Amino acid sequence: MKITFDWLEDHLKTNFKEKNLLEQLTNVGLEVERVQNLSLDKELFKVAKIIKTIKHPNADRLKVCDVNVGEKELKKVVCGAANAVEGLITVYAPPGSIIPKTKTKLVVAKIRGVTSHGMLCSESELNLSDKSDVIIELPSGYKKIIGKSYFSKSKSNLIDLSITPNRPDCLGIRGIARDLAASGFGKLIVFKEKKIKSNIRQPLKVKIKKEKKQGCSIFGSCLITDVKNTESPKWLKNKLISIGQKPISAIVDITNYVMFDINRPLHAYDADKIEKGIIVRNSKLGEEFTALDNKNYKLEDGMCVISDHKGILGLGGIIGGTRSGTELDTKNILLESAYFKPGSIRTTSKKLNLDTDAKFRFERGIDPLSIENGLNKAAILIKEICGGKISKIDIQKIETHKTKIVKFDINLFEKIVGFKISTKEIFKILENLGFKFKKKKNFFELAVPSWRPDITQEVDIVEELVRISGYDKIRIIDPIKERKKSTLNKSQKLFHFLQRSVASKGYLEAITWSFTDSNYNDYFRGTKKEIKIVNPISTELDVLRNSIFSNLIIYMNKNLDRGFKDLSIYEIGPIFTGSKPGEQNTVVCGLSSGKKSRLSWIEKERNVDVFDVKKDVVQTLIEAGHKSEEFFIDSKTPNYYHPGKSGRLFLKKGAELVAAYFGEIHPSITKKIDMKTESLVGFEIFLDNLKIPKKTLNYHKNKFNFSDYQKSERDFAFIVNKDINAQDLINAIESADQNLISNIKVFDVYEGDNIPESQKSIAINVTIQSTEKTLNDNDLENINKLIIETVENKTGAKIRS
Amino acid sequence: MSDLKKIKDEFLLKLKSKLNLSEVNQMKSDLFGKNGLVSSQFKKIGTIAETERKKFASELNVIKDELQNLINLKIKEIENEEIKEKLQKEKIDITLPERPFVRGKIHPVSQTIDEISSIFSEIGFSVEEGPDVESEYNNFTALNTPENHPARDMHDTFYLDEKKERLLRTHTSPVQIRTMLKDKPPFKIIAPGRTYRSDSDQTHAPMFHQVEGLHIDKNINMGHLKGCLNYFIKEFFELDKIKMRFRPSHFPFTEPSAEVDIGYEMKDGKIVIGEGHQWLEILGCGMVHPNVLRNVKVDPIKFQGYAFGMGIDRLAMLKYGINDLRAFFDCDYRWLNHFGFDPLDVPTNYRGLSR
Repeated sequence: MKITFDWLEDHLKTNFKEKNLLEQLTNVGLEVERVQNLSLDKELFKVAKIIKTIKHPNADRLKVCDVNVGEKELKKVVCGAANAVEGLITVYAPPGSIIPKTKTKLVVAKIRGVTSHGMLCSESELNLSDKSDVIIELPSGYKKIIGKSYFSKSKSNLIDLSITPNRPDCLGIRGIARDLAASGFGKLIVFKEKKIKSNIRQPLKVKIKKEKKQGCSIFGSCLITDVKNTESPKWLKNKLISIGQKPISAIVDITNYVMFDINRPLHAYDADKIEKGIIVRNSKLGEEFTALDNKNYKLEDGMCVISDHKGILGLGGIIGGTRSGTELDTKNILLESAYFKPGSIRTTSKKLNLDTDAKFRFERGIDPLSIENGLNKAAILIKEICGGKISKIDIQKIETHKTKIVKFDINLFEKIVGFKISTKEIFKILENLGFKFKKKKNFFELAVPSWRPDITQEVDIVEELVRISGYDKIRIIDPIKERKKSTLNKSQKLFHFLQRSVASKGYLEAITWSFTDSNYNDYFRGTKKEIKIVNPISTELDVLRNSIFSNLIIYMNKNLDRGFKDLSIYEIGPIFTGSKPGEQNTVVCGLSSGKKSRLSWIEKERNVDVFDVKKDVVQTLIEAGHKSEEFFIDSKTPNYYHPGKSGRLFLKKGAELVAAYFGEIHPSITKKIDMKTESLVGFEIFLDNLKIPKKTLNYHKNKFNFSDYQKSERDFAFIVNKDINAQDLINAIESADQNLISNIKVFDVYEGDNIPESQKSIAINVTIQSTEKTLNDNDLENINKLIIETVENKTGAKIRS
Repeated sequence: MSDLKKIKDEFLLKLKSKLNLSEVNQMKSDLFGKNGLVSSQFKKIGTIAETERKKFASELNVIKDELQNLINLKIKEIENEEIKEKLQKEKIDITLPERPFVRGKIHPVSQTIDEISSIFSEIGFSVEEGPDVESEYNNFTALNTPENHPARDMHDTFYLDEKKERLLRTHTSPVQIRTMLKDKPPFKIIAPGRTYRSDSDQTHAPMFHQVEGLHIDKNINMGHLKGCLNYFIKEFFELDKIKMRFRPSHFPFTEPSAEVDIGYEMKDGKIVIGEGHQWLEILGCGMVHPNVLRNVKVDPIKFQGYAFGMGIDRLAMLKYGINDLRAFFDCDYRWLNHFGFDPLDVPTNYRGLSR
């Protein structure tokens, strides 16, 4: 909503200055978005006289004019308008001025080889009208002010307010003035409403059809005959220009003026184009009409239309139609002032994707009692400016406005806002805002003004009072430092722990969109179903992600393109399994590319591999409190992992839920998306599948067990078939004697010479220690034998001699 | 007698010359070995006349100790010499690079969420969460924003079905609804998380982060709201004093509603919070609307309280001097490295939020 201090002063008597105004507007909840000094820009446009014109040497249609701009020297200006002739008084824009229409800054420029110092303006260029073929012709009276500013100096700045959707009343200058007056910024000027004096009946019959979901409840109109539509007088033009509006013609300008002044949208029809009478009704499916935006609209059932006996004239409260629009030669006009229901307006405009000034106002709720006032105001102005005869006002209605009554207990104010104001103050504020009140036993009955559709209950009154008396009066009550409940629950703690645990292993945390490119998503979707976004922001972000990998890979690739090689990134966040609320899982997903120790003088460089990510996964899970001895790992992984170089991890053998996947990304994916890296490995840890380890007491650690008896280490080398996993050997050794075997390490895996092709050799170091005694040679020999026997029996391995 | 003296003098002389370890060891065995010079003197003790014996024995012991000490000293000296020589040969170029290491980082948004949680933890808030996909009801209707409410225009919503019943939450406020439906008052929670709006330009991203706050109890009024936010902003920006301004605004789910500005000034092209005469809007808040309380079966006559919502990304930008919102989600390695936090740098109350 755009206002000026000048216009406000039509409604508000105040001694304050504009500077105070800005602060006060903000204080009462009318947020100042921007303040613009329009007059400063416009002062540069000067009244000027063309002294001489000659034909442009290089262009037939252009002239070079010597222009008197009130300075000693004449300015040379190139101009293409046919009416640029010697003696013409017009408007001159000097270099440095900003042309209102194009918002471009004028510079001294050569036009076809001739330097032009400024420009002679058309009305269109100054946003005064659509006239663009000729430059402005000023009457001879302007001779006296050649060199002076064409626009009258306006002291007021253009103030742009952001009006919240609950305050339609403040979409009119008067509403804003009322709020300011209530807050003590001045006094609201009370007008005696001018009323049409006429004894002519409005002859066009208006009928609001009583239909289900009829969007119009009141339709007021009056006919003005024999008008001469014309250009608006200067005061009116200036008013509209001052708030950034473009004057069009007197009739349009007047309806706009009334709309901005008191937030009463009006519509003017060319009465001669209305067939018989007005019918306000619901549209039928397939009906069409061409609106004033020159677009053709196909309507659905049940949209509120204003029609005549021939068809649709306009969409009520949203936009008029071309068929009955007013033009400069319009003689007889029908002025409409109606009440359209916000819900109906909104449904229709949403469906048609139509946004107009009227719609914006009606969907927020127009004062239903402003119908007559609007008609009076506009019709009288039209008569003043365009002449003609005004009919009586005709009002059709299918519902009557009922004043809302809200019960208000004044104690509620202090209870909600924490400070007190006097009853006197309360009533002064409410009265200034237009409330009427009756005292009952313990409360007051407030009659809500008709322009405040937002006020429906007691707490709304509290807001009015605190808003007007000032939010700065709310005193600070310091919070008490006391915690009754733990801040994080167990799974939140796990989230934070894993987040930092993975980062501590050299990964940079990324946050990427929860949506992704469906092409990439498909690579990592597995068996999950695709979840489309109905209205994505772009085709590259068209689905919710089924895996974090898609985004990480996209961004990893971008970073590789930036010339980085060895990257580790991760994200912790949601993946989606369905489109219902809650169908999501939290995942930590990491991705590593390139090499370890690239170009190191001391370490051997090598590609990152599956055992790097396996380490990261296992270590992270151990750090999170899980027991690695119980982990069960096999090689069944989703299809986006390398089938031979990937694994899945369960916290326990026989567990149902996968705790993590890790491995090389499937080579066909890296090839398809053209990843330029030596190696690409990743992992996913599923937070929802990690059962938080239970302890009897949270902070109690497990019992501290240790043995001081001597330990001894034995090395074994087994030859096994290739399909036997190292884990099988480890499990077998472990099962030989759980009490004495305290540690098992695989220290070599060998395939090749001296070993049959289908077999491999695995070398294992076993630590043997008792908690009860020092083991003697005999004990050790026995356990040795037992280990070999068990492994051979369980895995078919043979001890290497 | 002269025997002893002779031995002593002879060996003292020998020890003064340059010797290696084996020569000294040889000397040691020459003197103290089974048949060494000193050892054989000890054997003599029995043969010496009783009157002389005590003196002889004592003199012999003195010489033995003296020689032993000297030899041990010599050995140490030689060993030291040898180590010194060895170390000198072992000198390396210590300016060569250390073994390679990698350093991970925590995203500034995650760090900021931890900071926020830590601050609110101190005054008794606990953390709640809700799903990213929400029902239209929880996201709008329950929050007193029925269909056809113009306030919905301010939320450019991503929908997941044509009927517009499922959507990506446009704010964290639906967590209020979930929390209040699940439990009984009082409520004192914050809810940080991802939020989505189909809006994208330099200052808007289609996904961003918000933190919701909700405190419902019997007598919680706007003074508590002001106190809570005043405390939070001071703690978050680690300032003793801030300028804060409440101004009336409108949100369908709060009444009265306010927007909160903090004072700032520009210094060398950077925003400095807490000083200056300019105002920066940082959050929206208000007293929870009775309609919302009714929707979650909380009696608005008995219970009342406040709610607030603020942009986490924006708070991070202000605190850490980050200019571009879009860069948060661009995953540029250089950016993550530059603005990221060490994983060990965990914000806590006792240690302080930042290093």
